[in-house]
Amino acid sequence: LNQASPNHLGLGARLFSFSQKKHALYHAGFNARAANCAQPERPVSPNKQNSGEKQMQNQTTTQAAKQAANVNNGVNIEALLGAREALTAAPEAAQFKWRASSEWINGTHTRSKVEKFFGLGEEHSHRSPFFLDTDHPEVFASEDKGATPVEMVLVGLSGCLGAGIATVAQNRGIQLRSVKTTLEAGMDLAGILGIDGDVRNGFDGIRVKYEIDADAGEDEIRAVVAQSQKRSAVYDILTNPTDVWVEVRKSA
Amino acid sequence: MIPKVGKFAAKSATATTTGAVDVIVIGAGHSGLAMSHCLTEQAVEHLVIERGSVANSWRHERWDSLRLLTPNWQLRLPGQAYAGTDPDGYLTMPELIQFLDHYAARMTAPLLTDTQVSAVRPEAGGYRVETDRGDWWCRAVVIATGANNRQSIPACASAIPAELVQETTLGYRNPDPLPDGGVLVVGASASGLQLAEEIHRSGRPVTLAVGEHVRLPRLYRGKDIQWWMDAVGVLDERYDEVDDLRRVRHVPSPQLIGTTEHRTLDLNALTAQGVRLVGRLANVRDGRAQFSGSLRNVCDLADLKMNRLLDRVDRWIDSTGYECSAAPQRLEPTQTGAQNCLEMNLANGEVGTVVWATGLHPDYSWLDVPVLDRKGVIRHEGGVVDAPGLYVLGLPFLRRRKSTFIHGAEDDVRDLAQHLHAWLGTASAGFHPLKMAV
Repeated sequence: LNQASPNHLGLGARLFSFSQKKHALYHAGFNARAANCAQPERPVSPNKQNSGEKQMQNQTTTQAAKQAANVNNGVNIEALLGAREALTAAPEAAQFKWRASSEWINGTHTRSKVEKFFGLGEEHSHRSPFFLDTDHPEVFASEDKGATPVEMVLVGLSGCLGAGIATVAQNRGIQLRSVKTTLEAGMDLAGILGIDGDVRNGFDGIRVKYEIDADAGEDEIRAVVAQSQKRSAVYDILTNPTDVWVEVRKSA
Repeated sequence: MIPKVGKFAAKSATATTTGAVDVIVIGAGHSGLAMSHCLTEQAVEHLVIERGSVANSWRHERWDSLRLLTPNWQLRLPGQAYAGTDPDGYLTMPELIQFLDHYAARMTAPLLTDTQVSAVRPEAGGYRVETDRGDWWCRAVVIATGANNRQSIPACASAIPAELVQETTLGYRNPDPLPDGGVLVVGASASGLQLAEEIHRSGRPVTLAVGEHVRLPRLYRGKDIQWWMDAVGVLDERYDEVDDLRRVRHVPSPQLIGTTEHRTLDLNALTAQGVRLVGRLANVRDGRAQFSGSLRNVCDLADLKMNRLLDRVDRWIDSTGYECSAAPQRLEPTQTGAQNCLEMNLANGEVGTVVWATGLHPDYSWLDVPVLDRKGVIRHEGGVVDAPGLYVLGLPFLRRRKSTFIHGAEDDVRDLAQHLHAWLGTASAGFHPLKMAV
């Protein structure tokens, strides 16, 4: 878990520094606006209750910060919240491109490489390239040199939800001790083998089971997992249609 | 003809304006009328401009069977509270219109009805308000045109087969004009559920597309849920106290219905009547509607959130020692079925109508002041808009969680009327050229 989570996007220090910078700008702008508000033509609020309310707000913030300080799920929540503010102000920096490249090896075996991605207005590289083999198992008369592609989909879902759970729990001041998941997807081979046109190729559904040990009640833990689904990219990709373009050209 | 507007009718600031006034309130719904009441209390010179008649949206943009979601005892505006014989009931639209007509009849400020504002733009240290019955100049503008002017319809609507009828919550009155056959209702807030039930009961089988929603029991431990939310303090939570203002301002309206039997209308109630639940409408492609596989999760989220609120009510009862003989209880979790439907053919004649209950948003097409963000949302701090002398009312969580309820207008309007009064006092009063001319 700790390894998985400098943050959900896996951007580490770069996003952090970006958000710090933008955050500073944001606050400078905000303060400038606040100063304008204080001019006679634009009072912030003539309401007498205001100072009391502000105090209350600060207290709430302090409590939340205090609570969060004792909790460590290995997530840099300040960076994420800072990034959220920064990317709200600079929406073009939020545009990312994720990439993979692959090469067919032999039979059903393909080797894929994940290395570069684009975001925050520039190119980035992972700390090192990651190689991922996919293949089919021996019962399909293949050599089983890697997980099947559909299992990789489950891996993606689990990785995404796991990162989300750690992040949401951190944000809610919930210390995680253990998060274990099993995923199972049903599939009728009559689809991909072309036996029955009414059967789809893909999963007929995915069942995800979590066993979580954390400093929180059952409903709070369930709420963390529900929120993680709500904010998960892979969950969204699986539950909603996605447009796919495939272009082909013959090598020169 | 310009309606009689008291002393302002005689004023003529320039050759091109009808008159000048300190404040113009745009909209004579409950918020605008409440603002007029409070400005009058503060002796602020103002007039109210209304495109149609008092309570125009309530009069012309609601369905026939609608009753308020809030009980009558909660209904009040500054200076007028519900005084009828059924405090626990829920007003029908004609009853509400009567309540607002009565309120408007007591106002002393001029009210220009049947006057459409076509533009508001900064001019000479104030604002020029252009209407189809002449232009006005004022120092401050209060936008009380409401949060619900336009239906938010997803882009995939354009791919819906042309032979299907498309209706919105603003245009729907009752099921009678709808073609026979199935109906896809998109959206699961109060309006989506109420329309789904009414249309299904009319003999047109309804499929309800359910995204994120807010589930609430009508009654809890013997009292209306609004009573508990009021008592516990949920409705009074302020915009400057919440953790994530952006999020709470986008929370859909709760699944509630006002009926004489005080019943709960939730997804389980609809399923029991035969309505089919599907996930959020994700896309329409090749004549087929595609639904998200997230139905279970959005229902779980709503159940968990509802139970957190009920936990809070229980804790409040325990900690205050409030006498309540009814024991805590929890509703059945939302039943979503073993296998969710992910696709529906819209082109085979089974479905005749799509009803968009996908939420509403304000129309600022007439507002020529640079105060909208890139999403078209007005920039404001608790109703004080990011332009001098410009105010907005009645938006979700404007200043408090109750801001969009009728009774929620009072506190917001009092705060903002006070702010406006102070602003008029500090802004170089009496030195606006147009003002000087009158």
